[in-house]
Amino acid sequence: MGKFIYLDNAATTAVHLDVYKSMEPYFTEFYGNPSSIYSFAAKSKKAIEDARHEIASFLGAKDNEIYFTGGGSESDNWAIKSAAFALKEKGKHIITSKIEHHAVLHTCQYLEKEGFEVSYIDVDENGILKLEELKQAIREDTILITIMFANNEIGTIEPIREIGKIAEEHKILFHTDAVQAYGHLPINVDDLHIDMLSASAHKLNGPKGIGCMYLRNGVKLGPLLHGGAQERNRRAGTHNVPGIVGFGEATKIAAKTMEKRTEYERELRDYLIDRVMKEIPYTRLNGHRTKRLSNNANFSFRFIEGESLLIMLDQKGICASSGSACTSGSLDPSHVLLAIGLPHEIAHGSLRLTLAENITKQDIDYVVEETKKIVERLRSMSPLYEDFIKEQKEEV
Amino acid sequence: MYSEKVMDHFSNPRNVGEIENASGVGTVGNAKCGDIMRIYLDVDENQVIRDCKFKTFGCGAAVATSSMATEMVIGKTIEEAMKVTNKAVMEALDGLPPVKVHCSLLAEEAIHAALWDYAEKNHIVIEGLKKPKADIHEDEPEEE
Repeated sequence: MGKFIYLDNAATTAVHLDVYKSMEPYFTEFYGNPSSIYSFAAKSKKAIEDARHEIASFLGAKDNEIYFTGGGSESDNWAIKSAAFALKEKGKHIITSKIEHHAVLHTCQYLEKEGFEVSYIDVDENGILKLEELKQAIREDTILITIMFANNEIGTIEPIREIGKIAEEHKILFHTDAVQAYGHLPINVDDLHIDMLSASAHKLNGPKGIGCMYLRNGVKLGPLLHGGAQERNRRAGTHNVPGIVGFGEATKIAAKTMEKRTEYERELRDYLIDRVMKEIPYTRLNGHRTKRLSNNANFSFRFIEGESLLIMLDQKGICASSGSACTSGSLDPSHVLLAIGLPHEIAHGSLRLTLAENITKQDIDYVVEETKKIVERLRSMSPLYEDFIKEQKEEV
Repeated sequence: MYSEKVMDHFSNPRNVGEIENASGVGTVGNAKCGDIMRIYLDVDENQVIRDCKFKTFGCGAAVATSSMATEMVIGKTIEEAMKVTNKAVMEALDGLPPVKVHCSLLAEEAIHAALWDYAEKNHIVIEGLKKPKADIHEDEPEEE
């Protein structure tokens, strides 16, 4: 097999071998339903509570504030819909940002159809939420603020503590979609004034299909899924025991390795960014230069289109993603890139590379060299580049 | 997601480039939507397309359809070239995913736009040829 360099760790990650091993016995050996009464099921129940404790510890929360869900999207849906429906007598106004994940944006759009009003706050050119605009958007009837912890496309980390404080001062519930941040940044829910938080296991070398919601004690929220009495009557459905165990183990490993791992990734990321910006002309770095996830780099290469770039990188064994329309299934490029002010044609030419600790400097060198060649080749085929060069000549 | 032929024409596109003093040039598409195609034609005195080259800003399907379209019109008379439809280009590529069908339409439009330019320059009328849709630059100031 030829080269294989996986640089799409914001999409999903490989399950850590220790995580996989921790899950194994709960498929074939300890398969009991944790809700059952016999002692055989106690093993499953204990495993769930251990995992819950691991996650609560990572967030500085109490064990009974962690609820297991089917993933980040479910947690976002649950937090936002249930908060809206629980508080609809108090008000019908929700505040979010323009760069949220679709799990948040589409949930908010759904609520608009149900009679709620939503303010979508702008971000600056680096993707940082405009706090003044947030403050001005707050109304008497604002019931929820939901702002992501860190952006999945451009990696920008939002001023969560400031937002939490603003929400607290106005006695408004604050939810954060921390799917990209959990396991990659230190998070303390008390310190950051967070009432609800969504996380997902597969972004930190855990299994897919399992996530959680942190819900502060005292916040009264109904379930999204109705049925059995699991998760203290708040999330029906038989527990995904192996998934929960894997999530707990992934959290444990992530917490232990976080400092060193993110430091390593940051160094590698900066090396990647420096080389690309220096060696490929007409390139823009998307997202904040320093306030960004340790593993995220996002570029826009002018005059070329993202899907072509991705296919050519794939042919060189490099897995990456783009915010171009062709990869989103619509005619519009990424809403995040448009929100930071990129014109459509530049947003189409974006490339997201998300690293992990198994990536080496040699890998990055290879990726930079190949990207350089591909961008050059695509530009040589681009009528936009041809026009640009002609205009430049005319000006001289 | 793409057929082998599409991948072949994307990876090894035929007839990429420009033709100096071309008999006709046509540019279609819109950078906002992520596709722009430019076709250059070299037409001889017998109205036979001697050469055709392209430049494309766009996805894999956009590049492949441009490449295939140039191959299909080279050596043809302008009347024959008029019969190179988007469907024919698509069939020659063993099909395109449904969301990419518009790329093949763009290829047909680009050929037509280049033929229109040729017809205008030579003060002739090509039967069945309509004036191409607005040039890309006319679209630029427009905002959503």
